[in-house]
Amino acid sequence: MSAAGTAGGPGRAAAGGGAGPRLQITGLGISFGSRPVVALDELSVGAAEIVGLAGESGSGKSMTTLAVLGLAHTVGASVTGSIRLDGQELTVLSQSQLRELRGRRIAAVFQNPAAAFSPVYRVGHVVRRALRCHGASGSEADDRAAAAMRSVLLPPDLLRRYPSQLSGGQLQRVAIALALALQAEVLLADEPTSALDVTVQAEVLELLRGLRESAGLSILFISHDLAVVAELCDRVAVMRDGAIVEQGPAARLLSTPAAEYTAELLAAVPGLEAEA
Amino acid sequence: MIQTAASPADRATLSASVRDRLSGNPLLVIGGSVVAVIIIVAVAAPLLAPFPADAGAATHPFTVLRPPSAQHWLGTDQVGRDVLSRVLYGARVSPLIALFVLLIAGAVGIPLGIAAGYFGGWLDDLIMRITDIFLAFPALLLALALAAVLPASLTSVTIAIAATWWPWYTRLIRGQAASVAGRPFVENCRALGISRRRIIFRHILPNAITPLIVQVSLDVGGVILTASALSFLGLGAQDPTPDWGLMVSEGQSYFTTDWWVVTFPGLAILITAFAFNLLGDGLRDLLDPRRTFLR
Repeated sequence: MSAAGTAGGPGRAAAGGGAGPRLQITGLGISFGSRPVVALDELSVGAAEIVGLAGESGSGKSMTTLAVLGLAHTVGASVTGSIRLDGQELTVLSQSQLRELRGRRIAAVFQNPAAAFSPVYRVGHVVRRALRCHGASGSEADDRAAAAMRSVLLPPDLLRRYPSQLSGGQLQRVAIALALALQAEVLLADEPTSALDVTVQAEVLELLRGLRESAGLSILFISHDLAVVAELCDRVAVMRDGAIVEQGPAARLLSTPAAEYTAELLAAVPGLEAEA
Repeated sequence: MIQTAASPADRATLSASVRDRLSGNPLLVIGGSVVAVIIIVAVAAPLLAPFPADAGAATHPFTVLRPPSAQHWLGTDQVGRDVLSRVLYGARVSPLIALFVLLIAGAVGIPLGIAAGYFGGWLDDLIMRITDIFLAFPALLLALALAAVLPASLTSVTIAIAATWWPWYTRLIRGQAASVAGRPFVENCRALGISRRRIIFRHILPNAITPLIVQVSLDVGGVILTASALSFLGLGAQDPTPDWGLMVSEGQSYFTTDWWVVTFPGLAILITAFAFNLLGDGLRDLLDPRRTFLR
């Protein structure tokens, strides 16, 4: 296990805010009781950067997302180490302080869009409520919801539908629109395209890329699919058994993998063998 | 743009969709209509009953056990009271007991079930073991024991039945709440920074409550039958009260010779229980969010 507690120290904290990375994870340890599941030395996401977190099922990718959201305890895990958002340490915040951050500054999009919305409400109600919970007035919430829908290329009318009346791709876009409406700085995308078919997948990826350009969104893109990661991300970190085995610029890592495991993963992707 | 109810045009489509759903749901329409009739009868009993005084302690020694006739449509009972008047007034007794029993059982059972299902852990264990203790007693026996200890009155019957009824609701709601709490949209809510209170009241409760609403409407009949059974055993309503169960109980010794004394209050119980059953089935179809159709 790497250094527990808040690694970094005062020098680092002062460096935050300005040019430092938006999201900085250092010495993150996640465990269930005495069983460690994640031991992550260092992972960062800069402003308007898309970082891929790849690895097989059970490698700790999703637990890392939960930890960043401050929700690891809801599945019974405990967290050590440091998670900083614009230099602000998140692991020391109370749940109510974290609640302020969640959604408004860090948003998440999950794997199964069809299950991500409560079936009893119109999706617009969910979007509006989330905005209202984070302090928007009624008419402001309407405007921002409609604007966010347009920026994910959906007609705002769809907000009046129930989740069961929208397709998976549409729902995933609404989920992203929700993050946009809340003006989140960091988007944690946990397998956001895995439940979608290939053409819809391509549209969502295109959308994420566009939002990085237009809204300066920082994205931590979690996927087991290296082909998708290769297409979208600036940098890639490869995770195995809770630790990062390799990270670096996407182009370099995918063409000349240093770690054997990365090469194995690449070999598993049809038509994307490493050339080294 | 996105309020749920805004322009008159919206309301028009809304009421049209309500009409669509009702026309495709005859159970709900029939059950609901009969229930509405029962409520009207309960409210308007003094106007509808031909002999309002017969709902009370009146006795007419010269018209005892008369068969149905033009004057007494449903005959008269063992002390000469008009059975029709008593059956109509009875709509104020049994359904009201059912209402209070279900309100109490819901008020106790739902919060416990939600707490057990949502929070899990030791709280879940504690609540569910207490629930199991209550469920381990045969319900009617527990109600009998309670009703025997408490003074014989309608209030006692209500309390006794409610005490046996809530554990079922706790169990039902707990299972639902636990399954809803594990669904991704709840995680999504947390990731959006929605407060726990809001998640429980706005997301867990509405998604968990549908089976309970159905169960409650199906249970109205069951409570009325249980209350009737207790009255029948002499532990509930006492004589002049026009309780259907009590009327069946008191009329049973005349059943072979004077069938009307037992039959009509019995029919009233049957119709009420059946109507609420239909209503429950209809509600289940209406409230299932997966059956929400495209316009």
